[in-house]
Amino acid sequence: MARLLATIEHVVKKPIWDCRMCGQCVLHSTGLTCPMTCPKQLRNGPCGGVREDGACEVDPSMTCVWLKAHNRSERMPRTLRKEFDDLRPPVDNRLQDTSSWANLLSGRDRVVPDGWQPDA
Amino acid sequence: MSYPSRPPADAAPVTGSPRGDLADLLADPAAHGPVITAECPAVDSGGISAVAAHVARLAPHADAINATDNPAARAHVSNVAMAIAIKQLGAQPILQVACRDKNRLALEADIVGAALHGITAVCCMTGDDVTAGDEPEARRVFDLDSPQLIRAASSLAKGCYLSGRALDPAPPLFIGAVENPAAPPFAYRVRRGLKKAAAGARFLQLQICYHPDRLAEFAELARDSGLTPRVALLPTIALLKGSRALRYMTANVPGIHIPEPVIERVENAADPGEAAYRLALEQAEHALSLPGVRGLHIADFRHDDTIARLRSDLGLPAAHSAPDTDALTV
Repeated sequence: MARLLATIEHVVKKPIWDCRMCGQCVLHSTGLTCPMTCPKQLRNGPCGGVREDGACEVDPSMTCVWLKAHNRSERMPRTLRKEFDDLRPPVDNRLQDTSSWANLLSGRDRVVPDGWQPDA
Repeated sequence: MSYPSRPPADAAPVTGSPRGDLADLLADPAAHGPVITAECPAVDSGGISAVAAHVARLAPHADAINATDNPAARAHVSNVAMAIAIKQLGAQPILQVACRDKNRLALEADIVGAALHGITAVCCMTGDDVTAGDEPEARRVFDLDSPQLIRAASSLAKGCYLSGRALDPAPPLFIGAVENPAAPPFAYRVRRGLKKAAAGARFLQLQICYHPDRLAEFAELARDSGLTPRVALLPTIALLKGSRALRYMTANVPGIHIPEPVIERVENAADPGEAAYRLALEQAEHALSLPGVRGLHIADFRHDDTIARLRSDLGLPAAHSAPDTDALTV
């Protein structure tokens, strides 16, 4: 069942968002732009290497994923726009290739390491 | 041949001691004035003497010295080893930690490992991609991103690893980060700074910036949003020999763009070396005039006495007290 759900999710999200199946989807807070498509897989905004023309440091043929995310998030509803600035926790690599829908329903995608403490 | 693990007698470079702990210096502008940090050039071999040569040149003029973490995505003596050497030589190190080469276990181990040697100032960054370096075939890691690394360091400072496992006593870390005021999306850069501040950063070493308008806008927005004085801004000033270095940087260093007129101004000058210095001095004066700027970070690519000249031209106090003065005041 879990496997089937993951397959369906992949079929739906791959063509639209180039989903990488990290299993802990944050698209709603990143302007519907998948941060796992950033070559550095950054979850919390653009690195300092963005080129003058907005191209990616690693692959100059593509626009910085976070530049797109930022521009798109500005057009999102206010609550989702605010979430853009959330500090997203480190990726739980055990969730790779699992369904983020299932993990959302079970709450598994909100589990953070015990030492991940509130804001300083 | 073997290298000495302790600084040899002829390599003892620093006269006197740092004028204060980086956290204390940054916290009190009225008492301490602008704070200068400097990047120690990467070292590959040659024992402690190789580090000593750089520290001898930089330490009298810098309150703290960055031990870099494979800068420009090229392998060098490690950040932790460099930080220990800088400390042994009598200067105050800042441990740079980049996310590119190591997973979260190794990053945490480096930070607590350096803290074991009394190195408590940490500067967290994403790091240039492996494709910017000379081993572009390497696996890029980025297990954490820089805001996550800052938060992880904050957890260590509060007494636990990311896992929650206790660290007792907790290392008294002073955590900073970097930001690039001149890279798109400009409007977002201060918000990213705020995210880093919330994660625990208390200083931001800003990337070399050849767009004074962008730096000014960043500093003003930082003030208006409350980022400063919560974090201390340290814009980076590059000391270069001439226009070739400017051309190299704008073509090869990720996130640095230098307008053509700026390069031409140096290129067409009668004395390009002097023109490059004048440009750096102007940048430094402008940066220090901006709100929230607590000092400067110096990237010295000239490897001469220019840093001393810059400090003198800016009218800044000595970073290290001379030993004679120490003796007199005892």
